[in-house]
Amino acid sequence: MGKVGMKLIESGLRHDGRKLDELRPISMSVGVLKNANGSALVEYGRTKVIAAVYGPREPQTRYMLLPNRAVIRCRYHMASFSTHDRKSPTLSRREIELSKVVREALEPVVLSELYPRTSIDIFIEVINADGGTRTASVTAASLALADAGIPMKDLVAGVAVGKVDGFLVLDVDELEDMYGEADMPVAMAPSLRQITLLQLNGVLTPDEFTQAFELAKKGIEAIYSVERETLKKKYLDVKVED
Amino acid sequence: MSTTPSSEFFIPKLKTDIIISMLGKGLRPNGRKVDEIRPVTIIKDYIPNADGSALVKLGNTQVLVGVKLEIGTPFSDTPNEGNLMVNAEFMPTASPVFEPGPPDENAIELSRVIDRGIRESKAIDLSKLAIISGRKVWNIWVDIYVLDHDGNLIDASSIGTLAALMSTKLPNIEVKDSGEIVIDKSNKGEPLPLSKAVAAVTIGKIGNYLIVDPDIEEESLLDSRLTVIVDEDGSIAGLQKSGAGYLIEEELPTIINIALSKGKEVINTVRNIVKGSK
Amino acid sequence: MEASIHVQNRELVTPGQILGSGKLTISTPTTVYSVGGKYYSAVVGLADVEGEKIGVIPLEGFYYPKVGDLVIGVVTSVGTNSWEIDIKAPYHAVLYASDFLNRPLNPARESLSDYLDIGDVIVAKVENVGRGRVTTLTVKGKGFGKVSKGSLVEIDSAKIPRVIGKKGSMLQLLMNESKCEITVAQNGRILVNNCPNKDSEEVVIMAIKKIEKEAHIPGLTDRIKDFIIKEKVRRGMFSG
Repeated sequence: MGKVGMKLIESGLRHDGRKLDELRPISMSVGVLKNANGSALVEYGRTKVIAAVYGPREPQTRYMLLPNRAVIRCRYHMASFSTHDRKSPTLSRREIELSKVVREALEPVVLSELYPRTSIDIFIEVINADGGTRTASVTAASLALADAGIPMKDLVAGVAVGKVDGFLVLDVDELEDMYGEADMPVAMAPSLRQITLLQLNGVLTPDEFTQAFELAKKGIEAIYSVERETLKKKYLDVKVED
Repeated sequence: MSTTPSSEFFIPKLKTDIIISMLGKGLRPNGRKVDEIRPVTIIKDYIPNADGSALVKLGNTQVLVGVKLEIGTPFSDTPNEGNLMVNAEFMPTASPVFEPGPPDENAIELSRVIDRGIRESKAIDLSKLAIISGRKVWNIWVDIYVLDHDGNLIDASSIGTLAALMSTKLPNIEVKDSGEIVIDKSNKGEPLPLSKAVAAVTIGKIGNYLIVDPDIEEESLLDSRLTVIVDEDGSIAGLQKSGAGYLIEEELPTIINIALSKGKEVINTVRNIVKGSK
Repeated sequence: MEASIHVQNRELVTPGQILGSGKLTISTPTTVYSVGGKYYSAVVGLADVEGEKIGVIPLEGFYYPKVGDLVIGVVTSVGTNSWEIDIKAPYHAVLYASDFLNRPLNPARESLSDYLDIGDVIVAKVENVGRGRVTTLTVKGKGFGKVSKGSLVEIDSAKIPRVIGKKGSMLQLLMNESKCEITVAQNGRILVNNCPNKDSEEVVIMAIKKIEKEAHIPGLTDRIKDFIIKEKVRRGMFSG
């Protein structure tokens, strides 16, 4: 695939047939791991992410505990087989940055002051990467926290908006990210209208930024309602046994 | 693994209260206005052995940036482009909380945000940095050394990087018939091809108040911050929210406007200083 | 501001969902929070609305100790003058030798493992949740102390209130129907003891697991009653 001469948007449709403001098929489930206190599997198209939450618990090493709140520990990791070329399983600089960015996207909602001197551990494994892995990770981790029963102010939902061939598009995939002009991941706690993650990789004019943010909000609302339905479904699906 | 840092806590309440009550009146304990950045001083070409360098002070925050050029091989997907590598080291000299060792998540985040700003805005014309197409290109190493930490390391580093790149000269080279490349560092060559200037402007949020260029005392109280990379055309060339807090939608236009106007100011300041001090 | 409640009693809610606004009283402070005169759920759970009181009963969760809670603990470590006890909480608890023995320990003549060893089970009460989050237990009083027989059942601690039922109705039902002694601890452990036979014990354990699974579905008490009767019939327990 060449960088030059490739058109990613033709007659208002994207290379995978989506409209500019259309999400990929989103699927979510919770309670997918037995041992974790909470867990979730989230898919944005071919991007698949598993999140597990352990805690609040006393960690092996107590030196990092805080006397007035729980610490949140977060690891964002990509499985070696999740990318086209095998990725080394050791943590890259990108993964170190994203572990921090994802943790800071969740910190504002977790009621960590309820559990001093404990650790809430969030482990995220990207098992298949096709763009939007950090925002899918935030969504998955938020679901896993709720599934663990950890009190939180709101769920967090994330999505990336991109600029591709001059158009703003919702929920960029890897191809669009690679050949597009800009990629802007956003995560919000929608009920409280709080922005908990905001990055921009690329160039946007101030007007484009405003439009891109509106588009992200639209996607986040839709993802948020899937999150809520997913959490409820776990209970509504339980059948009464005779 | 990224862990909630402990340095965000243990701030005496009496200190917090006065800062917040002053912010309510549009004042800061350091005497600055909420949208005022600290004085910038730059000494360019501070490191004779580097191909470009700058010692930057943003108030009492000091950052030394050195640029080294080496001959390298291009990546297969960009055979006619030079390579850019940005690294940041938080030196143990800079703060009692910095320990020797490999860069931590804060240093990695800082260098990646700076890297993305330069790369995405195409500030350096990498296509002019091929020496032998597909085989030899310039590798640009930007190393950011934080010497003294009085807050807002990222903006100081961005100023330092811009100043160092502006003062960088490509070494003279001679390509022999054998294909061997001889570098002649005895006299300075052409300036590095810079097509655009970018600057990071960080706006911190304390409660409902927004302040530009937080110092270390203010940083310890920040709920969150947004770093906006601004380019000389007035576009946004990067964003990075960090910190355990959040932003609200209504704050975004204010933040972006402050950043655009301050960014322009910073770029002009750097330009004037680098050009002026021959 | 006029008080208003936006959810039905027993409605399934999720974190961030608005529950009401105005002047309301929060009945479950760890699962409901308020910002700017509005009340939100902090967990996945069932809304608990009673007049102007609003709460959320969590459907997921973990045990967090409160002073006075009855807990069932497992000894995980034996020290020189105290035991470390796992109570399925974020922190382990401590039981002091002096509390257990009701006298000071004589370290020259006795070792703590003579009394309680790793893996032993105790019924205890939470005596103190310290500022340093050190939870201490006491075994003073009737019915507390080492457990040497019976069956231990572990369930999600969030479901314990359903095993007890309104005013103890569910627990009463389980004991009446099985004739077993049942000790329900707040930390998600249940001890079933002195059953007339193995069948009753098994039926009780199965009934408890069913309560855990179907805790959020209305009509629980009737379903459990039917379940026990069916099981008893199936096992021929009415014939004698």
